[in-house]
Amino acid sequence: MAETTETSILSVRNLHKAFGAGAERAAIINDLSFSLRRGECYGLLGPNGAGKTTTLRLCLGLSTPDSGEILLNGQGIPDQARIARMRVGVVPQADNLDPDFTVQENLLVFARYFGIADAVTRSRIPELLEFANLTAKKDARIGELSGGMKRRLTLARALVNDPDLLFMDEPTTGLDPQARHMIWERLKSLLARGKTILLTTHFMDEAERLCDRLAVIDHGKMISEGSPQSLIAQHIESEVLEVYGESARSWAEQHGHGNASRVEYSGETVFCYTNDVRPLLASLQHAQGLRYLHRPANLEDLFLKLTGREMRD
Amino acid sequence: MTSLYAIPAFSLRFYPIWRRNFLVWKKLLVASVLGNIADPLITLIAFGYGLGSMLKEVDGIPYIHYLASGSICMSVMMASSFEALYSAYSRMSVQRTWDALMNAPLALDDIVLAELLWSATKSLFSGAAILCVMFTLGIGLHVQVLLVLPVLFFAGMTFAALGLIMNALARGYDFFTYYFTLILTPMVFLSGVYYPVAQLPSWLQLISQFLPLSAAVNLVRPLVLGGWPQTPLMDLAILAVYCCGGFYVAMIFTRRRF
Repeated sequence: MAETTETSILSVRNLHKAFGAGAERAAIINDLSFSLRRGECYGLLGPNGAGKTTTLRLCLGLSTPDSGEILLNGQGIPDQARIARMRVGVVPQADNLDPDFTVQENLLVFARYFGIADAVTRSRIPELLEFANLTAKKDARIGELSGGMKRRLTLARALVNDPDLLFMDEPTTGLDPQARHMIWERLKSLLARGKTILLTTHFMDEAERLCDRLAVIDHGKMISEGSPQSLIAQHIESEVLEVYGESARSWAEQHGHGNASRVEYSGETVFCYTNDVRPLLASLQHAQGLRYLHRPANLEDLFLKLTGREMRD
Repeated sequence: MTSLYAIPAFSLRFYPIWRRNFLVWKKLLVASVLGNIADPLITLIAFGYGLGSMLKEVDGIPYIHYLASGSICMSVMMASSFEALYSAYSRMSVQRTWDALMNAPLALDDIVLAELLWSATKSLFSGAAILCVMFTLGIGLHVQVLLVLPVLFFAGMTFAALGLIMNALARGYDFFTYYFTLILTPMVFLSGVYYPVAQLPSWLQLISQFLPLSAAVNLVRPLVLGGWPQTPLMDLAILAVYCCGGFYVAMIFTRRRF
């Protein structure tokens, strides 16, 4: 059900997109619909090839859907995509900074593409550098920056036009934990300022921390949508027992299946999903040579249940 | 998103993209200009004085004057083509600059137009540098030689348009070798750069008449030598057809790629 454009900053309805020709034609996006409310952080989760990046490209008007409707800031995409992008910021998966320019110059040059006067941009650069924690590096060449710094600069650059909506394609992939945490803090401060974020990610902890709502996508279809907590409550058991050790499998075959609603194997680890962990813990007291971890279910468990454990090419 | 075959949309939005390329060039200015003029200059001096000492005059003109006036067109063609192939490809596929531009409120039409105009600008810079050196050698010291600059820019645009077709089709840098060795280099030998077209067999002379480099040489050589082109409208029309047609085809292939 599409929401009105007063509250939806982005709405996607019945989107279809296929690639390839003739017998090889495959649907990458298959009847996808969702809406973003202003000020929320919405996540798109899915395995490789699910269609997440294609969805972002369609929303930005960089690719034309086969059918369906997209409204961005009230403007029809792709017809008015270029104009709609005036109020949008994009942090892509792969960096595309200008290697020949310094940090400051990258911001200045990019702002010109929006028709922003140099004087205005120069007055905003200190604030943007401060936000990205790159003030000390303002005259550094891109080649001198670490991966985390480049990502922060890309984020600052995406804010040069003070956008209402940010598209972020796997924003913390390849970053060390300190850099990831810093990006998360920055994104939270942007949300606090009332900006809207559409995020794709593989990192379940990132999705759980940042997203108000998320959609699990596989084979271009939406499998599930909702807040992280409600999705977990709706789809999977509340607790997980991970059991490690050489005899884990045989223990599970004897005691696991009867006492847990779902048991899965991954190498030498056994995952027991249950709403009541006491019978399992009781049987583990007597088991020899086994270690275990008892924790609440999280998004990764949800994701693996909905999309399976098999590798996707 | 415009349809594949729509007429390219012309707007001033190309300007900040052109300006970005200009700023990058300014940072590498010396190396760039040196690279663009060193090779043609050495060739000019080597062939001009080397062959010139044996040939004396070609069509009533000292060989080095004859060679210089054709060679400057060849240099503009090479400089513009290089920029529209290797540099544009680097920006498009390696640095992903085009992706960054597409995330801004810019259209693919703006990006390709900016590449065209930038390649022409860069080739004009190198053409102007070669012209200065020619002046110091005593070649081209006539008032009308100033008209050579807009002609070189137009020729630069034409070869950039053709180059951008190759860029749209390329899967890697190696692809461009075919274009340089199979199209541009033969064109040099068929366009009156080193020797008059009249020296060619008649079937090749016929082909020569339709080549953009010939048209450029036919416009530039007379101006450098102190005269006026004999068939200016025809030559300008040939360049215009290659330029506009080339740009349109380049747009279609580029849209298909994105």
